[in-house]
Amino acid sequence: MSDIGEHAIDTAADEVVAAARVRDGSLAEIVGLYAVSIAAALVLAGILVVATGGSWQDVYRAMINGSLRNPGRWGGTLGATVPILVVALGTIVSGRAGLVNIGQEGQLVMGAAFGAYVGVRLGGPGPFVIVALCLAGVLGGAIWAGIAGVLRYTRNVPEVLTTLLLGTVASSVVGFGLKRSWLLLAPAAGRANRNQVSEQLAADTRIPRITVFGNEFPISVFISVAIALVLAVVLARTVAGFRLGMLGLNPRTARRAGVSETRYGIGAMLVSGGFAGLAGALMLAGGDFGSYQLVSNFGAGIGFAGLLAALVARQKVIAAIFVAFVFGCLRTGSNFLRAGGLSTRIADVVQGLLVLALLVPPALLYLRQRRRAVARAQARV
Amino acid sequence: MGEFFAALGDIFSSDSMYIGAAIAAVVLVFAASGEFVAERAGTINISLEAMMLGGAFAAAVMFDLTGSAWLSLLAGVVAGVLVSWVQANMSHRLPADQFVVGLVLNVLVLGVVGFLAGEIDPQSNRMRVIEVPLLSDIPGLGPALFGQRWPFYVVYPVVPVVWWLVYRTRWGLEIRAVGEDPNAADVSGLHVNKIRRQAIYFAGLLAGLGGACFVFVATDSFEDSLIGGRGFVAIAAVIFGGWTLKGTIAGCTIFGLVVSLGLTIPGLRYEAIDSSFLDMAPNVVTIVAMAVFAKRVRQPAALARPFRRGLK
Repeated sequence: MSDIGEHAIDTAADEVVAAARVRDGSLAEIVGLYAVSIAAALVLAGILVVATGGSWQDVYRAMINGSLRNPGRWGGTLGATVPILVVALGTIVSGRAGLVNIGQEGQLVMGAAFGAYVGVRLGGPGPFVIVALCLAGVLGGAIWAGIAGVLRYTRNVPEVLTTLLLGTVASSVVGFGLKRSWLLLAPAAGRANRNQVSEQLAADTRIPRITVFGNEFPISVFISVAIALVLAVVLARTVAGFRLGMLGLNPRTARRAGVSETRYGIGAMLVSGGFAGLAGALMLAGGDFGSYQLVSNFGAGIGFAGLLAALVARQKVIAAIFVAFVFGCLRTGSNFLRAGGLSTRIADVVQGLLVLALLVPPALLYLRQRRRAVARAQARV
Repeated sequence: MGEFFAALGDIFSSDSMYIGAAIAAVVLVFAASGEFVAERAGTINISLEAMMLGGAFAAAVMFDLTGSAWLSLLAGVVAGVLVSWVQANMSHRLPADQFVVGLVLNVLVLGVVGFLAGEIDPQSNRMRVIEVPLLSDIPGLGPALFGQRWPFYVVYPVVPVVWWLVYRTRWGLEIRAVGEDPNAADVSGLHVNKIRRQAIYFAGLLAGLGGACFVFVATDSFEDSLIGGRGFVAIAAVIFGGWTLKGTIAGCTIFGLVVSLGLTIPGLRYEAIDSSFLDMAPNVVTIVAMAVFAKRVRQPAALARPFRRGLK
């Protein structure tokens, strides 16, 4: 009985928290908290640079120039944002269902490999091949995440571990494919000897690129934003989206409301992997990552960046668009670090510190609101 | 086919295979026994990898600076605990998601270590080999278990101490209580999140120590890829072992053998086995092992569930 009573108060408190969110958190306060956190992350990274004898001004200048300010750079940043955003969208879907998929990197590489296979082998008109290779990418990523989903719901294996462990397996599998000419390896005539690369996509099977003010980027930029908007509507306004959210927030309630945990859970996992695979295919055909061919280590950390973007965006689709762009900036900015003779690894540090710092304000706000709400609930009793 | 079995025979009769397996297993044992404690308290501690890497790097740097192995092991412990401090306080003081924090810590520590290793480039050395008299003469197992570089032996006291702490002390009982039924533990006056934080510190301590020992046992120069996913395999070992210490150690041994197999086979130059398969073998075995065993065992009832009291 006491358990039920406490649970009821707990639920009541949570309701009040939701209501209080509007009343309590004054905007200035929230903005201030975020600003302090971000500043702290940047200062810490700066201290690290200075401590190792570098100049923090140089680092940040190079990153801003490389991502936005120098001519033609923001086009590249947009191109880098696309796969990060698409991965983040998939992560949001699995996150809504309460699943922790952290193997996007492997799912992305699988998607790219499936895409490369189809894109090179399939004949026909260019646009048709592009669509086909994207679908192949979705399939590849979905299969890879599906393994983890099935194991989670049939064998009780935590998906946190399987997705991650499968990530390294994916790169080994693709590495195997890149050594076999019947799978992915390009014919000997088209490549430098012993280089393990796939054949380049033909010119008409690449995603078209457009130029705006001297900035060139693939049209997948628009497509990915469109997908994001559609996903936002699906999650917020459809039965499936609602059930997904219910499953994530309270599995027991979801079960009692007739939501099949297995079906929606595995489904969310498949969608999540599908998005990551699509991101891989878009990287392959988009042209901002290498030269339209699969190489070993193709993922280049994009899967992780997308995952982090989703975490920072706190499962909100629209927020994910902006966060993905920021992470795109970090990515292209780090290319300029290399050009300036600085260590590119500092970009990873900045990214990690930023994400860590951004976890703090929502946690603090939640804690405080909850404390106030509980006080109110007690006062009413 | 005969050739294949001959190859297998060669592999399993070579001492280097078992020595490699013991080294791979030991680094797992350190981390996995720490993780075992954290999981019994109810946390899946994804940042184990970061703790190990931090410990390994700090030990390498300290050795470069002072040349003292003991100070280096201490530095490893401090680094591991430092990482665990962030993990524990963000997930069990602030209400941030434990997986999210762990994942971010992994990315962050890898970034920081990668950056600093590029700037500092610490020089570390393997420690000298100490052969335990008599025991190291046992054929097969002797050299692997008792003919190692000395930091290897640190593991021997660690395992019984963990067992004693978890199963024979008040703290251990509290750990198990907050992992099974945090509400009951709370009602009986335990500070659930505090105990969980302590368990995570303990995991950080052991993981950092494990990383530090690994540097001195296994490698001549520090690289940021040194740990390379071993933290996750250690977590898998806990699951494989059904959240018992015995099972966890067994899991570490098996995974250590597989890792060592992957490292030994290329040296024997059998062209038939593709290196890609050897690369993926440890992870595939880990996944299959979890798939087979995870359902047969009962996990701590409150595993990975954050505790919030209704009224505070």
